Amino acid sequence: MIAFVLNGQAVTIETDPLRRLLDVLREDFGLTGTKEGCGEGECGACAVLLDGQLVNSCLMPVGLVAGREVLTIEGYRETPRYRAVAEAFAAEGAVQCGICTPGMIMATEALLARNPNPSDADIREGLSGNLCRCTGYNMIVRAVARAAEKGRGLWW
Amino acid sequence: MVVTAYRPATLAEALRIRAAERAIPMAGGTDLMVKHRRHAGLAPKFERPILFLGHLDELRYVRRHEEGELPGLEIGAATTLTDLLMAAETPAALRQAIAEMAAPAIRNAATLAGNVCNASPAGDTLPALYCFDAQVVLARSGGERRLDIARFIRGPGQTDLGDDELVRAVVLPLVPFDRMLYRKVGTRRANALSKLSFLGLARLDGDIVRDMRCAFGAVAPTVVRCRALEARCINLPRQALAAQRADLLAGYAELIVPIRDQRSSAEYRRAVALRLLSQFLSDL
Repeated sequence: MIAFVLNGQAVTIETDPLRRLLDVLREDFGLTGTKEGCGEGECGACAVLLDGQLVNSCLMPVGLVAGREVLTIEGYRETPRYRAVAEAFAAEGAVQCGICTPGMIMATEALLARNPNPSDADIREGLSGNLCRCTGYNMIVRAVARAAEKGRGLWW
Repeated sequence: MVVTAYRPATLAEALRIRAAERAIPMAGGTDLMVKHRRHAGLAPKFERPILFLGHLDELRYVRRHEEGELPGLEIGAATTLTDLLMAAETPAALRQAIAEMAAPAIRNAATLAGNVCNASPAGDTLPALYCFDAQVVLARSGGERRLDIARFIRGPGQTDLGDDELVRAVVLPLVPFDRMLYRKVGTRRANALSKLSFLGLARLDGDIVRDMRCAFGAVAPTVVRCRALEARCINLPRQALAAQRADLLAGYAELIVPIRDQRSSAEYRRAVALRLLSQFLSDL
């Protein structure tokens, strides 16, 4: 039995502890906002927060999250910070096909939680593990800067 | 359900399980989960049970100690690369290598000990660990031993880790340096495996080279470091290094025996490795 906190709620699950957190989120909990892109840690589409730190859920056996807190895009969606990020992504045209977007948004939260006033280089470093094949990144970088500016106070 | 993984509560329990089950140690899982992955939706498949270690707080620390001639650093086996980036004591050369490794999400899970045990010729923390004469602390129930990193890593993916042993920590003396050139050559800034890497470190006393160490990653089955060639530079005035340069390049050229693979050609690796060495020597 593996017990952890998922999007603020205590959950338990009886399963193979080596299953990927990604599969458990999508299949057992129906949280399909977390995407599988490459399945080998290169693309960040499956990124979630584990105790506030960004991790790739495709590389994380669920047995290693026992006793810890997992935040997915579905849980983050309920927060004022999410609204600031989502508005900035929409305003800057930072979403096209959308597959990378949940991971990009979780990476944005991980970055702004540590650095509420990031430089352009900080943003590119914070998102360096997240691939986007549509936007060419500049709109996403601008969206993160906009979220930091418009959401001033949310991450302090 | 078949037991596929153990989650010990302490290192002592982990060592007992390791000895009894020959279980595969897993800290962050960032290499093992990729190596053993199957189709989407399926758990990765391992030949033996897994022994989780990443959750053990007793193995997650960076500690400075003052025994010996130089202060040293002890890095617990569950310490992540992010922990090391944040720790004030981490030597600059190791910090820079980590800053250029992978991306935040992987550094948040991956450990230094895991990079050592993976024993890849392209392991990016290894040149720094070789230059600092790091040692690996190997624990088993009832005892432990220390091994120089260059003895612990025997070849690609091959280490001296015993069936009943776990890496408990990596230790290194905090050798002072005031010159450094580190260069990782990869296809992309983030998440790229190295085509090759180079680390040069030196300490000068006025114009005299008091210490000089070079390590090359991904140009041979294990990291290349050569004390005999380094010794030729030590206690020379730096102007005299120019006269030594051709000899040094020729000496290292014999040790640089890269392979060709999907990441790079042998010729490219050799040429760039020697140019980086040459640049380091001329910048001293």
